[in-house]
Parts: sequence; C-alpha cells; structure tokens
Amino acid sequence: MEAAAGGGCGSGPPLLLSEGEQQCYSELFARCAGAAGGGPVSGPPEAGRAVPGAVTAAAGTVADLFRASQLPAETLHQITELCGAKRVGYFGPTQFYIALKLIAAAQSGLPVRIESIKCELPLPRFMMSKTDAEIRFGNPAELHGPKAQIPYSVTEKNTFKRMDDEDKQQETQSPTMSPLASPPSSPPHYQRVPLSHGYSKLRSSTEQMHPAPYEARQPLVQPEGPSSGAPGAKPPRHQASLIRSFSVEREPHDNSSNYPEEPWRITEEQREYYINQFRSLQPDPSSFISGSVAKNFFTKSKLSIPELSYIWELSDADCDGALTLPEFCAAFHLIVARKNGYPLPEGLPPTLQPEYLQAAFPKPKRECTLFDSYSESMPANQQPRDLNRMEKLSIKDMADFPVPAQDVTSDDKQEQNKARLALKSTVDEALPKDMSEDPATSKDSNSLKARPRSRSYSSTSIEEAMKRGEDPPTPPPRPQKTHSRASSLDLNKVFQPSVPATKSGLLPPPPALPPRPCPSQSEQASEAEIHPQLNRAPSQAADSSPTKKDTPYSQPPSKPIRRKFRPENSATENQEPSSTVGGPASAATGKPHTAVQKQSSKQKKAIQTAIRKNKEANAVLARLNSELQQQLKEVHQERIALENQLEQLRPVTVL
Amino acid sequence: MAVCVAVIAKENYPLYIRSSPTENELKFHYMVHTSLDVVDEKISAMGKALVDQRELYLGLLYPTEDHKVYGYVTNSKVKFVMVVDSSNTALRDNEIRSMFRKLHSSYTDVMCNPFYNPGDRIQSRAFDSMVTSMMVQVC
Repeated sequence: MEAAAGGGCGSGPPLLLSEGEQQCYSELFARCAGAAGGGPVSGPPEAGRAVPGAVTAAAGTVADLFRASQLPAETLHQITELCGAKRVGYFGPTQFYIALKLIAAAQSGLPVRIESIKCELPLPRFMMSKTDAEIRFGNPAELHGPKAQIPYSVTEKNTFKRMDDEDKQQETQSPTMSPLASPPSSPPHYQRVPLSHGYSKLRSSTEQMHPAPYEARQPLVQPEGPSSGAPGAKPPRHQASLIRSFSVEREPHDNSSNYPEEPWRITEEQREYYINQFRSLQPDPSSFISGSVAKNFFTKSKLSIPELSYIWELSDADCDGALTLPEFCAAFHLIVARKNGYPLPEGLPPTLQPEYLQAAFPKPKRECTLFDSYSESMPANQQPRDLNRMEKLSIKDMADFPVPAQDVTSDDKQEQNKARLALKSTVDEALPKDMSEDPATSKDSNSLKARPRSRSYSSTSIEEAMKRGEDPPTPPPRPQKTHSRASSLDLNKVFQPSVPATKSGLLPPPPALPPRPCPSQSEQASEAEIHPQLNRAPSQAADSSPTKKDTPYSQPPSKPIRRKFRPENSATENQEPSSTVGGPASAATGKPHTAVQKQSSKQKKAIQTAIRKNKEANAVLARLNSELQQQLKEVHQERIALENQLEQLRPVTVL
Repeated sequence: MAVCVAVIAKENYPLYIRSSPTENELKFHYMVHTSLDVVDEKISAMGKALVDQRELYLGLLYPTEDHKVYGYVTNSKVKFVMVVDSSNTALRDNEIRSMFRKLHSSYTDVMCNPFYNPGDRIQSRAFDSMVTSMMVQVC
C-alpha cells in the first residue's frame, strides 16, 4: 500500500512498504503516538492523508525510538529533516514511515537519502526490546521512485550509491543497496542503478534540481534544490565539493553518455590495454580465448577464485566457456575494478555488455589519419592485405620487431583493428604476412606497448626481408618470412635500386609518429657495435649481403661503362681509362695523335660518365648503408624489448 | 514449484542442495539421500544394455505422504533430485521435465566456467537465481 504524499501533509514521497514493514511501522507508530496520547493512531497510512493533522506521533517518543536505533545523532537529525517532520513540524504517519525507512537504510550503511528508501531494505533495528523491529524480513516489495517533494541533505558519508534496477528486483535477494565507494560497512550486494531514471523522477518534483551536471560527472546522488527548506542551502555547496572529491576518487573515464555507471565504462586507454592483452593470449581478435587460457591469465590477478568465478559468470554472456574480445574486455574491466576496490555488480553493467562493447569499439582518430597519410604515400606498393593477416598482428607485443612491421595493411574495415592498423606503418608491402607470426606474438607478453608500436613505422619491405633472413632471436616459427626473400633479396635490391631507394626515402616520415625509439645516428653507431653481439647471424648476413650487393653494384657500373666505351672506341682498341676498369685501359697504345686526341675527349666523356655512374653507385650504396643501419637499430630495439620482456616475465604479475 | 532441489555428484555427495526454508531442512536432506538408492537402482536397471538410450529423466522416484521425489541423471552420472509437494497437484510430468532441463542447462553453464572445478560445491549466483525461481515462493 502506498503512503502517498498527501497535499495536506505536504510531504512524503510515495512509499511502498512490504507487509512486514507495514506491520512493523504501524506498530511503532502506534506505540509512539499512543504513548504520547496524541491523536488517534490509524493503521493504514492512507488514513493519514485524509486527516492531516490528526495523527501524529509525539516527538519525544519518536526521538527515543530513533535514538534506540543506535544511529549517530547527526544521522538522526538528517533523517528527521529528510522525512519532512521538521518541515511540517510533526511526525505524521508518512513522516514517521519515511523516517523508519531511512533509519533502516542508514543501518544498512546507506546514505540518508530519499533514494535509499526506494529499495528493499531490512526493517530498522531498535534496541528497545519490545519492538518487533528486530525481526528482519526479506523485502520483496518494490519501491517506486518518489515524487520527492522533500528536500534532503547530503550526509557526511556521502558516497556513491546504486539503486535497484526494477528488473533486478525480481530476485528475492536481501537488502542490496550499498554505496559504491568502499565504506567497510557496505553490504556485499550491489545493484546497478539507472540514476538518470531516478533523477528524472526526482526532477519531476517541484524542487529545483541541483545544477551540477551529474550526467557528465560521476553519477553521484544529487540532492534536490533547497527550494523548500533550510537544509537545502548547505547541500549544494556540499554537493559540489563532494562531487569533485568523488570525481577525483573515481577513475577519470568520464564519457557523458546515457549510462551513468562511470566506473563500469571502459576508457580508450583501458580498451587498448585490454585488446593488447587479448592479443597476447589470442592473436586473432575475432576469435576467442579458451577457458583454461583465460583462467591462467586471470588467476595472475590474484583475486580469489570465487570472485574470479563470479566475474567469469558475469562476463561470459553466452556461457560457452570461452571469451570473445568484448567478453574479455568486460571481464578484464571487472577484475580491474575489483582490484581497485569496487565491489562486483550483481549483473553485468550495460557498458560492459558484449553488444555495447562491440558497437562502441573506438577508432582513434589521430592514428587513422596517420594511417591514411601513409597509405596515400605508398599507393603503388600496397598490396591488398587480408583482414585476417592484419588481425594476426598484434599491436602491442611489438617486442617482436618483425611482427608489428608487417601489420601494415591498406584496409581498415574492422573497427577493432583500426587502432592497430593505424599504428602499423603502411610501408610494408611485398612481404607476405603470415600466420606464423602468431605464435611469436603470443609468446610476447604485455609489457612493451609503446616501443613496439613505434617500431612498426620504420619497417620497409627490404629491411624486413633482410631482417627476416637474419633474425634468429625472434620467437620461432617465421620460416616463411625468412626464406621467402632472403635469398632473392639481394638480387632484387641489386637490380632494382630505385625501389629500395624510394622505400628508404619513405622511411624518414614514420619516425615522426608517436613513441618511436629515437632513431639517432649515434645510436646506430653504438648499435653497430652491439649488433654483432646481438645477432651473429644477422651480422653475418648483413656482412654477406652488403658484400654481395657491393660486388654486383660494382660490376654493373663498370659494365655499362665498358659497353659504352666500346661503341665509342669502335675504331680503336683503346679501352676506356675508367677507374673501374684499369686493366684494359692500360693496353691502349700506339694510336695516331688525332686518335689520341679523340680518345682523350672521349676519355673525358668516359671519365665523366664513369664519375656519374660511380656517384650513382655511391648513392645506392649509401642508401643501402642507411637501411642497414636502420635494421641494425631495429634489431637492437628488439633485443631491448626482449630483455624487458624477460624482466617482466619474472615477477609474473600482470595485473 | 519444488520444495527442495539437490545436485548430487557422481560419487554421491551433494554439490548443491537447497530447500524451502519454512520446513525442516534436515528432513529434505534425508529424503534426497534415500532417493539416491532409488536412482542408482534405476540407472543400473536400465543402463546395462542401453546406456545410450537411457533417458535422462527418471521420473517419480518414490512418493511419500507429503512429497514426491523426482530424479534426473546426466550422462556423467550427476544426479538432480527434486522434491515437490504432494498437494501441488497442478504439477505435471512435463513441467517437471522442463524444470530438470533448466537445471541441467544451468549446471552446464556452471561447468563452463573455467574457475569451477568439477566436484566443488556450486556457488554460482546464476545457478542460485535459477533454482530460486523454481522453488516455492515463500513469504
């Protein structure tokens, strides 16, 4: 039955009381009113509506009763203010009932607010032996939002509180509300509350709403404006300070949206982190993590098994024993929240639902634009990449140098991969990406996010190919990468000097992007020393490849020169005095003077040609050198990354 | 509406047992325990030749004056036992079967949780809520 806010009483939100509560409260009221010999006590509170002033409970008795509840005096004061007795000057049935509910709420550890009494609550406990209030009944009654014409004040133990969802009240669970921040007395159960819903109802009341933008901030409870009472003057100021303090307490993810459950919202960085973690366990973001893998991973969080079990239960929406990416993010987020002290919710918050997570998968804009710029710059060399391939590439475990390097693709359809995509450079073209990277990525753990990402920018096909060919330290199966180009690489480089040139020319732009390990020349020099220590094979290969390249390079320039000279010197056997071909040139003898003069001019031309050719060769070799230096640096980076991984694997704490 | 629901492991120890709180819980525990013999009898009688065809739903195990006990066995020899009030004549066999099916699917969901070790007591809240929905609504 309802105790409607009678106009005559001028107070009282509509309350729904359970039978037990009804009985108890009416009895208490009777006791209080009867003791004072005040107006006739009416059982059903509806009568109070009709007889506004007639039914009152003596203030003294009521005060005694309240004190018996063993709440601090301040709380009681607030309760009396809230229930409106102060305002109206007496304890009518509605005020009394509201006060009793508030006492129950306060005894449950809830802040003294009107919303507290909207939910199921145990009966208030009073230390007077004669009351039957000590019996706690389960409260299946649902309380609807009040019209809240009573202003209420903010209490000192003002904490975030979640209210029942109507649909969650089907379970006959015992009292469930509790503040979100961690006062030690809070009951363990939580229910998500659509605060906006509650607030909309509050708004409809006559009171003015506190202007604080609760939707944009943490969903703190806002007291209503003080239009109708003295206590209202203080609350707004309290409110603002408390809001600020709470927003500081909370994690700073604060997206204004329809969902007020800010602690359950996943921020960008968090999402990135979760996705990276997911990739560390399962490289394919569209696939799922098996239960045992996830169990091992989450066990590292050092939460208790029942809690982990419950988190799993919440997050594995389809109960298939495996976690897809959104499920994994939700589970991870719950674990993070739990470790930060947030108690676990009763049900999965809407911001953690898989559909929501999937729909809300973000696309980091800056990375996208960068990616687009790259793709523009390298249109010709872009080959259509499979999405699958891209998916296999992990962003974060860029400890694996080659892996991120290959992440480049030209397509960015998948939203989840957009972030990754953007981070990868598009420079890589010709190398076949393959799934063999996956085990490699799965081996890497989470530590090196920034560095790996940066590395991806620097990759070029040539470097990668060379790196593939030279790279023993990277985790095993990359055979295809290694053999695919290692043998043919040099020839390609040799006979297509222009291509590497352009690619290496495009190298410099990537370093401008985010956290790239500094590609300083000095580092390269130092790495050159470290390089042989790090990779003997790579160094050997590097040594061999440059040598291989050198000789071919040296030859072609000479050949054209020779060839060029031959037609010029068709009449004579005088060979060019080119520097590269010294032998035949020295054989030139016995020419007529004119022929010699012609020859000298021709020689000059030849020399100039030779010079030009040599310069070209120099340029090519210089580029090659720079590329090799680049590789050197990257290998060094990889080594550092691996060392870091090793360090981090030792303590084993991931979370 | 069941009065008592129990999940018994293969080794005949309870994984989960819950009774309506109004009555003497010990009595229900005892009834479930005695029903295990009947369950064993049924599955041994049927299961020798026709293990594959053995139906999971065992039907009425035995009636007492106040209650009826129904049984259900999974293929992994996990038994579900349900005690219903005899006075509840509206309950039909189909309904009992559907209740057992719900139990079974919830149990499967519990098993899917990698943090649940088979043989542990079932502490899943989802399972609890499902059983609550099946049990007699007290108060």
